[in-house]
Amino acid sequence: MKSHTITLSINGENRSVMVRSADTLLYVLRGKLGLTGAKPGCLNGDCGACTVNVEGWPMKSCLMLAVEADGKKVITIEGLENTPIQKAFVENFAFQCGYCTPGFIMNCHSLILKHPDADDHRIKEWLESNICRCTGYAEIESALKSVLRKK
Amino acid sequence: MEVIGKSVIRKEALDKVTGRAKYTHDYHSIPMLSGQKVISPFGHAKIVNIDTTEASKVPGVRAILAGKQYPLTGEAIRDRPPIAFDKVRYHGETVALVVADSPVQAKKAANLIKVQYELLPVVNSPSQAFEKGAPLVHEHLGEYKKEFDSHPVPDTNIATHIKIRKGKMEKGWSESTSVVEASFSFSPSDHVAMETRCATAEILPDGNIIITTSSQAPFMVKRLIADYFDEDMGKIIVHTPLVGGAYGGKAAVQLEILAYLASKAVGGKPVEILNTREEDILTSPCHIGLDAKIKFGADSSGKIKAAEIRFLWDGGAYSDKAIDLTRAGAVDCTGPYHIENVWCDSYCMYTNHPYAAPFRGFSHSELSFAIERTLDLLAQKLKLDPLKLRYLNAIKPGNTTPTRVRLNKSNVGNLQKCIERVRELMKWDQGPIEEINERISKVKGVACSWKTSTIDPNAPSGVILTFNRDGSINLLSGVIEIGTGTKTVLAQILAERLQMDVDKIYVRMEVDTQTTPEHWKTVASRGTFMGGRALLEAADDVIRQLKDIAATVLRAPREDLEVANSRVFLRDDPKIGLPFKDICYGYQYPNGNSIGGQIIGKGNYILRHLTHLDPETGAGKPGPEWTVAAYGVEIEFDKRDFTYRLLKACTVVDIGRVLNEKAALGQVMGAMSMGLAFAGRETFYFDEQGRVMNPQLRTYRPLRYGENPEYLVEFVETPQIDGPYGARGVGEHGLMGMPAALGNALSTAAGVSLHNLPLIPELIWKAKEAQK
Repeated sequence: MKSHTITLSINGENRSVMVRSADTLLYVLRGKLGLTGAKPGCLNGDCGACTVNVEGWPMKSCLMLAVEADGKKVITIEGLENTPIQKAFVENFAFQCGYCTPGFIMNCHSLILKHPDADDHRIKEWLESNICRCTGYAEIESALKSVLRKK
Repeated sequence: MEVIGKSVIRKEALDKVTGRAKYTHDYHSIPMLSGQKVISPFGHAKIVNIDTTEASKVPGVRAILAGKQYPLTGEAIRDRPPIAFDKVRYHGETVALVVADSPVQAKKAANLIKVQYELLPVVNSPSQAFEKGAPLVHEHLGEYKKEFDSHPVPDTNIATHIKIRKGKMEKGWSESTSVVEASFSFSPSDHVAMETRCATAEILPDGNIIITTSSQAPFMVKRLIADYFDEDMGKIIVHTPLVGGAYGGKAAVQLEILAYLASKAVGGKPVEILNTREEDILTSPCHIGLDAKIKFGADSSGKIKAAEIRFLWDGGAYSDKAIDLTRAGAVDCTGPYHIENVWCDSYCMYTNHPYAAPFRGFSHSELSFAIERTLDLLAQKLKLDPLKLRYLNAIKPGNTTPTRVRLNKSNVGNLQKCIERVRELMKWDQGPIEEINERISKVKGVACSWKTSTIDPNAPSGVILTFNRDGSINLLSGVIEIGTGTKTVLAQILAERLQMDVDKIYVRMEVDTQTTPEHWKTVASRGTFMGGRALLEAADDVIRQLKDIAATVLRAPREDLEVANSRVFLRDDPKIGLPFKDICYGYQYPNGNSIGGQIIGKGNYILRHLTHLDPETGAGKPGPEWTVAAYGVEIEFDKRDFTYRLLKACTVVDIGRVLNEKAALGQVMGAMSMGLAFAGRETFYFDEQGRVMNPQLRTYRPLRYGENPEYLVEFVETPQIDGPYGARGVGEHGLMGMPAALGNALSTAAGVSLHNLPLIPELIWKAKEAQK
């Protein structure tokens, strides 16, 4: 299969990487760039554990080919530093095993940036794309709302 | 109390929110070969031929494991070939394993392996398995090696049979004026931990076998691999980093064996085996199914006088942990009620379904659905308030359990108090049904549960405490951080005992079986209890050593010394004392003379007075304590299309003592969410070939954000005197009553008795149609 050298803008750094046409963004992030914060959960777009931010929008990195991300701005969980939503997840006990957490945080973070005034309907519309199996979602709701309300 | 009861932020919190938390699949420092499975597309078939010719030509392929007889595996009965031999017994069973340089190459080769099958008749339910003349899943059941307390019946599909015979049934029935009888059934389902299972193995030239695995039971991996393959136990070193959700599903040992065999086949090179989501659902062990028959008799006051129970557990193709699940279901078969006369037959049945692992609650959410639905039917017959009926029969100190353990104020919680709190929180006295309009009503249902943990009577837990030179402490325990926050709770217990700052306690999250003291398995809500008891002993050991050195230096008797705030000091004159940092690595006098030396604290705990069960009567002590809980669910029900929305879910559990409030609430709410998903939507749909039709997260749908109810959680605190600070196990209990409470609410709402899970609108419609 054909290989390509592409340049990804990851967390503010330009990274050159050789990829196969069939490689997903998730595979390249984890396997080639060592960014293991995005997790494989289903490789099918069902669970959201691999969510990153591409050009400002949340994106399931298992559903995007790496070549499609060429030249695009990608933010992964490793690119967030002391954001209010991370702090809120800690204080609200909004994780347990932590495996879905990077995906949830990236989704929440994008939502906060795009819709700082999001109502319940919009929050549900955004967050129902991720699965958390440990919490009952109440803590995630509190964490997100504690940040949204401050805006 | 400075720390106990406080919502101390979890020790691994920052790692988890920054994406720096490492799971098994995250370690990429060494290039690993990849193992890819070929899995059976059928439930039951003879393997006629396996052709690997084309597959072995794929570049990068280093080994193909297929068609070879490896030693049989399985915890209670050695009935499972690690790679299918001669025949396949479930959809998803591993038939071949390809090891190649990369996952892509291995997968490509796996797809080229041609397996020829000859279909065999399928055993598609435990009831069918129980019928005379049913096809046999295991033809040579009598020849397998087994544990002494597994009771397989050769030439049948019975893997084990547990009997409970308590009291006199004739007396019970003669005292009963009302009798109800009902049957319940549901298929196996899945745990759906977000991290799919993953194991790596490397065999070093010196024979050391290094395994890293997403497991709840790394110490069991070590023991079993040593046992199955005759390896030296000390050469097997099992690492377990953080685990991305487990819920019992990662207590079974499976991929580790494949990784070990794969590494062995390629000269010990490291091999990784990572389940796809589909394999995680199909190939790896699942959540057990059940066919149950319940008969209760009660006198006119509502006192239950007799219970006759038959459980047919769907253990699937291999018995593994299903034997223990069958036993656990038997010992608490009646639910949390005082019944003098009990007859229970609990059978572990072989079927052609994926085999069972433990699932949060270990048989108790499953049996509770059957028992608590029957209790509502009994209340209906007696024209009694269902909550009152439960209150009236609630188990209490002085009563005996089905296995005849006499309960006391410490080993059982206060169920009546839980029930009364549920009554208030659910506003039960306002009635179960509120009509909103012609089409919509709000309806409530209730349930109760109890659970003891039937783990091995000699299961150990150990803790080691070491010091850093600044006086801070390292805590080593074999408890796995699977998401429950137990290791943070252990740090809190230590901080409380030593009266020190919890931030000066460092907890090792990763476990390795070579340097971490064993904690049997991180299962059964035992982490806090057993790990906590071991920790308290280790803390006392540290205190003793600190005081020994300080007594010499301070020239004061040990009895006059106190420990707090990382200091040892005189009780009557606290200014005279020594900081930990001056004595934890020995004390040095000005002239250089030193005494004491490095302080290492150790502690262990082993459960006491547990016994095996009498094979004829079931009498015996299966577990140390019973946690009890009461539950309520409120739904909004649409009478036209039988859809419903979860409004409220309530759990009141006697937790003994709250050690970390937010962590405890999180455990209970998370378990409730899982229980509601199990109750309302999760199941395997089998076709006539025993194939699972929905092995994906878009066809197998856990609860998602916004589908959850509002949670009402409260704790009752009846201390378990031998638990750390009085705490009881609580990790599983939020789940256990949810299926029954939802089933009771929906049965009331739809006006038809519901006997199956999951409780989907179609099921309700079918029940309504059958009623016509």
